[in-house]
Amino acid sequence: MTAPRPYTLVAELTYRCPLQCVYCSNPLELARHRSEIDAATWVRVIGEAEALGVVQLNLTGGEPLLRTDLETIAAGARRHQMYTNLITSGVPLSRERLVALKDAGIDAIQLSVQDATREGSERIAGVDWWREKLEAARLVAEVGLPLTLNVVLHRENLGRVDRLIELAEQMGAHRLELANTQYLGWALANRARLLPTRSQLDRARDLADKARDRLRGRMEVLFVLPDYYAGFPRACMDGWARRFIVVAPDGLALPCHEAHTLPGFRFPNVRDESLEVAWNDSEAFRRFRGEEWMPEPCKSCDKRHIDFGGCRCQAFHLAGDAALTDPACRFSPHHGIVEKAREDAETESTAAYKYRSLRVVT
Amino acid sequence: MESVVRLSPKTRLRFDRHSGKHMLLYPEHGIELSQTAADVLGLCTEARAVAAIIDGLVEKYGDRERDAITRDVVELLQGLADRGLIGEVEP
Repeated sequence: MTAPRPYTLVAELTYRCPLQCVYCSNPLELARHRSEIDAATWVRVIGEAEALGVVQLNLTGGEPLLRTDLETIAAGARRHQMYTNLITSGVPLSRERLVALKDAGIDAIQLSVQDATREGSERIAGVDWWREKLEAARLVAEVGLPLTLNVVLHRENLGRVDRLIELAEQMGAHRLELANTQYLGWALANRARLLPTRSQLDRARDLADKARDRLRGRMEVLFVLPDYYAGFPRACMDGWARRFIVVAPDGLALPCHEAHTLPGFRFPNVRDESLEVAWNDSEAFRRFRGEEWMPEPCKSCDKRHIDFGGCRCQAFHLAGDAALTDPACRFSPHHGIVEKAREDAETESTAAYKYRSLRVVT
Repeated sequence: MESVVRLSPKTRLRFDRHSGKHMLLYPEHGIELSQTAADVLGLCTEARAVAAIIDGLVEKYGDRERDAITRDVVELLQGLADRGLIGEVEP
């Protein structure tokens, strides 16, 4: 099939991060992807993305603020008319840096917090940056950039959704993303500790629904269920190689940020190939594009245009084959794996957290 | 009709050379606009009364369309206001 138009480039500028969150969606083998492409290459890639149709740029990581050449990349993005979102932990950030980034070309900030309390945040991030994060939110408001507050939810913080909503209001966020952990990367390794019960989810969702109505027009409140409880898979990346292009810190072009954990692929690298060739012609991007590849029960399912068969990485990591229906789907022959995880979640786990490593000290 | 509105500072209205249409971009999202929606929002980059926006469209499309235009403009602006993409400002 002809390649569709991509709208968003997700630029993972580095895997370095001052936090060690136990649900990080970066791959477990971070050290294998340690090299980083330079700013000139990033700007070239952003230009190639624009030529393909991309209008949104997400600068993420790891922690993009650790790149000292972030301003150069942001300026290049502005030349290519990108709407540029900085997706950050807020550490390390000074007022001067934020102003420089805004002037260079950053249009919006998405800031993460791990919990509504200092102690809860430290338990998840492995380090205490609570004050720094509150200060970052204050600076974003002060310099006049739109703020999205992002919180990854799990069994330890779901009970504090009301306080998280309050926090977002105090910060002046225009959008609050209450996004449950999706169990890939480090989150899958820590699933026994993180996966909530259905009743925890129901209570939290109810609070989010009420806040959404109360705050309509002022703050958008998004609540995303974990796909383990949704019954149907999520439309991962809006479909493989359909709307998003991810480029990893070492230059690998990917249909999603986890795809390089799949065996049997040769993903193109932007050091050697243009993004256009990667998107339009590479076997890796074409493999799960459209519907040709779909197995049953997806192939004959009415919902295949809605969820695109779900998450290829989840199919591989849970059921051993990326070409299977996502086991999060109730029609998947492997759905029992997800049902078992839900049953196990009814009993509190005492397993120790595995903290994300490849830490840098700032 | 007396209320004065303006696009939220977080939005960017721009022409898209790929589709030949205008787009309204905002954090991590965007909307492809129809020609009339683009005409309306083109009038909202500065603070303007809703009545003046309707007059602007009537000027372009003709007075016969006034009722339909009024309905469409109010519906579009309300939808965008609910999403925080357009805001009411002090006249």
